[in-house]
Amino acid sequence: MTIEILGITVLWVFLFGYIMIGAIDFGAGFFNAYSVLTGKQRILTNVIQRYLSPVWEVTNVFLVFFFVGMIGFFPKTAFYYGTTLLVPVSFGIILLAVRGSYYAFETYGARGHKGYSFVYGVAGLLLPASLSIVLTISEGGFVDLVDGQPILDYWKLFTSPLTWAIVVLSIASTLYISSAFLTWYANKAGDVEATQLLRKYALIWALPTIITAGGIIVELRRHNPLHYENIQRFWPLFLLSFLLFIGTVFLIWKRRQYGLAFGLLAGQFIFAFFGYGASHYPYLLYPYLTIYDSFTNPAMAIALVVAFVFGLLLLIPSIYLLLRMFLFNKDYVKGKEDHHA
Amino acid sequence: MDSVFYSRVLTELTLSFHIIYATIGVGVPLMIMLAQWVGIKKNDEHYILLARRWARGFVITVAVGVVTGTAIGLQLSLLWPNFMELAGNVIALPLFMETFAFFFEAIFLGIYLYTWDRFENQKKHFLLLIPVAIGASFSAVFITIVNAFMNAPQGFNLVNNELINVNPLMAMFNPAMPTKVSHVLGTAYMTTAFLLAAIAAFRLLRGSNHIYHKKALFLTLKVGFIFSVSAVLIGDLSGKYLAQYQPEKLAAAEWHFETEENAPLILYGILDDGEVKYAIKIPYALSILAHGSPTAEVIGLDQFPEEDTPPLYIHYLFDIMVTIGMMLLGLSAIFWFGMGRNWKFVESRWFRWLIVISGPLVFISLEAGWWLAEVGRQPWILRNIMRTSEGATTSGHVDTMLVLFALLYLVLGVGSVVVLRRMFIRNPVEREIADRAQEKGGDIQ
Repeated sequence: MTIEILGITVLWVFLFGYIMIGAIDFGAGFFNAYSVLTGKQRILTNVIQRYLSPVWEVTNVFLVFFFVGMIGFFPKTAFYYGTTLLVPVSFGIILLAVRGSYYAFETYGARGHKGYSFVYGVAGLLLPASLSIVLTISEGGFVDLVDGQPILDYWKLFTSPLTWAIVVLSIASTLYISSAFLTWYANKAGDVEATQLLRKYALIWALPTIITAGGIIVELRRHNPLHYENIQRFWPLFLLSFLLFIGTVFLIWKRRQYGLAFGLLAGQFIFAFFGYGASHYPYLLYPYLTIYDSFTNPAMAIALVVAFVFGLLLLIPSIYLLLRMFLFNKDYVKGKEDHHA
Repeated sequence: MDSVFYSRVLTELTLSFHIIYATIGVGVPLMIMLAQWVGIKKNDEHYILLARRWARGFVITVAVGVVTGTAIGLQLSLLWPNFMELAGNVIALPLFMETFAFFFEAIFLGIYLYTWDRFENQKKHFLLLIPVAIGASFSAVFITIVNAFMNAPQGFNLVNNELINVNPLMAMFNPAMPTKVSHVLGTAYMTTAFLLAAIAAFRLLRGSNHIYHKKALFLTLKVGFIFSVSAVLIGDLSGKYLAQYQPEKLAAAEWHFETEENAPLILYGILDDGEVKYAIKIPYALSILAHGSPTAEVIGLDQFPEEDTPPLYIHYLFDIMVTIGMMLLGLSAIFWFGMGRNWKFVESRWFRWLIVISGPLVFISLEAGWWLAEVGRQPWILRNIMRTSEGATTSGHVDTMLVLFALLYLVLGVGSVVVLRRMFIRNPVEREIADRAQEKGGDIQ
């Protein structure tokens, strides 16, 4: 394994972490807002807020880690992506800012404020959609080099079916991941009503998730034949991912083992995400940028890897403590304890 | 108008807004720690409650700090892609470490907030706060190192536009780093202390004469005094750093035009056709500030081509920063000595109003200081290596983004103030003290 591959793998793992934790987070915010609007608040809000509260800030760090690490390991991405992504990422930042702060406003300052819940619920759902544009652009075909400066072709981007397929996938999978997780969580909390409702949501959003995911692969065939060919090489990963999807839906359908169901779901996304990543290799941006020509100097690479190892030594026990105190703490999950400041 | 101009304005706007919340984010954990520690030591419920109420408010400011911090983190690449490509190669290490500090803080803040009264032994809960304070302060340390690097870049060579001999540690430990880091940290604690003191004084003026607020006032102004002293001492060292490594920044800030010995320090005044009017001249003071000797020679602006020097209006920023800093030092010193000697007037209404005013003033000083630091580095984004105009994006949509972000910050700023007010007005401290006393009483029965 070269240091370039090590670098991108670490970043990819953190991006995956952001997508999973973020999806649970954003989806939960949306379901919360939806339940407020449809008068089902009584059923859902408790379970959702109990999970969300102690972890929201941690979610955001995964994203920061990803883009800071990207600039560190692959500084050339700052030039290519920085120049082209001004508009889409600015929208992403605005949504992220509204989502994060209004979440805190509602939770800590104005519990049950309908307007705030609605604002952060909707912002959270649009956020994955706006960030997913980055993945679309990475497929190439939307960026032209004019006088050595990369320029994004907005018209082409927003009229491409690939763009919209990825947008729909990001929203559908957010809601799917979130509802599957919360089904498990509600069940653990012994909240029958919430479990039923969330289980229904999980089943509803499973179908659009898998259809758009398949659709994107087909769409790539037209848009980026090179990537499409590479995807074929990794077919076992995608097949496994599909089987895990079937397993999750089966278990949730049969109301069995929600924990295992979510585990299978995580597996489904791991295989798909890493299959996609591996087939994208070596390109960071088709056809201009690969992980090799954008990699940093050896001195910085070693310094970053060392910092990363020490950082992990600090983080892993901390995250374990966080999970033990909240996610895996029966009394906390069931709402028997409330020790908020 | 071009994208360079709008990129500068947008970056200034984001930083000016973010720095308010970032500073509170660095300072408040320390204040909570002190209050909780005193509370545990003295077995005084009031201090514990102080820590708890500060922690509640802190969550709101931290949320805005986190999201605007994410914004500036991304905007660095979006608005200054050429600069970030170079910076990524040389100064990415502290940026990367900052995310770990931030991670560490975020995790323990989550735990700390949700474990009030969960432990039998209160010291255990207190221990959870230490990583929060360390994480917050180290975030500031690492980010300030990046800023220091922009002022005094080293740890690499640029040969024919190729980077060679990159040394990330040398880049981190650049000459600007010690004074900048200590100044940023010290003033963050100072700013927070005066903000919290202003709130306590305001509550006392607005009818609540509870001892709780008096304790808060005493604690915060004590901390404010200590860090005001540190700000003055570090300010002096910053002058010496500038004289040696960035003489044009010092000369522009002090309106020191001619290189000379026995240089006087110019305070206030205005610039009229290149002539300084209405200024106070303190003889020898600039030589002392720059080199620690009243006769030392201080390099003036005459040694630099005009296109390499910062705009002269930074002198006003310097005046604002220093004046407010000195006023707050005096105010907190008088309060502290006055309390010790039972001077009546330090508990009078007019003195409390002065403390209330110190809250907004300290933030004006903070903004002036950061503007001085950033505008004073112009025309460089990376001193003597890359001009600000060379670092900016070529994208044509920066003006639109500027409008959108201005709206965003308005919404976040107003929103956070509204929520904080609502939070504390709906749950006044008197009621909370009464509720807690009742709970305890219930235990005994």
